[in-house]
Amino acid sequence: MKPWPSSAARQSLISCPSCELLSKVPANLDDRVRMRCPRCGATLHARKPNSLARTWALVIAAFIFYIPANVLPIMTVTSLGKTQSDTIMSGVAYLLLHGMWPLALLIFFASVVVPLLKLVILVYLLISVQLRSRWRPRDRTRLYRITEAVGRWSMVDIYVVTILVALVHLGNLATIRAEAGAVFFGAVVVITIFAALTFDPRLIWDRLEQSHE
Amino acid sequence: MTEPTFIACHECDLLQHLKSPPPGGSARCPRCGAVLHRSKRDSLNRTLALSLAGLTLFAVANAFPFLAFEMQGQVTQTRLFTGVRDLYDQGMWGLAALVLLTTIIVPAVQLTLMLYILVPLKVGRAPQHLAGVLRLLQNLTPWGMMEVFMLGILVSVVKLAGMATIVPGLALWAFGLLIFVLAAAAASLDPHLIWEKVRYAP
Repeated sequence: MKPWPSSAARQSLISCPSCELLSKVPANLDDRVRMRCPRCGATLHARKPNSLARTWALVIAAFIFYIPANVLPIMTVTSLGKTQSDTIMSGVAYLLLHGMWPLALLIFFASVVVPLLKLVILVYLLISVQLRSRWRPRDRTRLYRITEAVGRWSMVDIYVVTILVALVHLGNLATIRAEAGAVFFGAVVVITIFAALTFDPRLIWDRLEQSHE
Repeated sequence: MTEPTFIACHECDLLQHLKSPPPGGSARCPRCGAVLHRSKRDSLNRTLALSLAGLTLFAVANAFPFLAFEMQGQVTQTRLFTGVRDLYDQGMWGLAALVLLTTIIVPAVQLTLMLYILVPLKVGRAPQHLAGVLRLLQNLTPWGMMEVFMLGILVSVVKLAGMATIVPGLALWAFGLLIFVLAAAAASLDPHLIWEKVRYAP
């Protein structure tokens, strides 16, 4: 037995991602054989497979999509023959100009700050794991937890567009159309949720144990 | 749970005894602080009751008028599904699918799967494919976003308040209640309790 406390991986144990049952890894395990949880049948991996590469790929994709999401209009309002297109930022500016600053702040935070913060945190976590950082693992795990919990709230703008499109349906008087920016923005939200799911926070702690040896 | 159960923390992989949390409390990983287990009182009955209530509210939220928009004598009535249909009509099928999935399909599937698991357990039988269904339920969790949609409604209503009258419909109230009921159902579901009912030969 290696010294206590220890990670499950160092004791050749794998925790089932679904039902949390611990399974022993056979010593002569063939790479090509998939281990399955004896209780629930879930595929077992000591760590999420290719976690770093996959998370990097998703983070980079999200960064690329983040640009058209903010540059292109997310909706167009046609009212009495006049058309006006709104990007995320011009929507925020509109709210500010009309004195709705709590709402402006909310949308700015949910649509601009949260996705960017989430991507920056994931990049930091990826780099810190790759540099084998031992710095504040508990706080880094907490950062991960925040990214995981907060990402969904970015969907607010997508829903606002959906509701406005449904409500403002008055023929020549006023109509609202969703635009390409909303598609890219939706893609950013979905991709960052996947990125948070593919990152394995246990890697933060693995580096810590390796550097003791 | 009589014998000590060993588990590995899902966030830092620390091997440890799973201690039963005090009533109303939770067990946390001593190393990284992740919540490992929350105590749940009367999990089976509560989750069953809440899922039944949730399914009823879900039906109301989808069948009745959601919001009405009144401007210069013209009225637009909408249902929950209207936004999805309009996005699809505008050629935005990706967005339509995303909204449909996160606000209608995922909550419906979550409620149905919970009942699928809990009704047989209540009458003392193990449902078929219990493990797979429970895993699907866990994987769906990040994709149900009704509470975010509710925030979207509030934002839209405030945005439009200056130029038109917004009339909330019965479905809106049901939807608002459903958010709390579904959250409570998800919180009172105790997967540990259910996994113990999955028979397997170790």
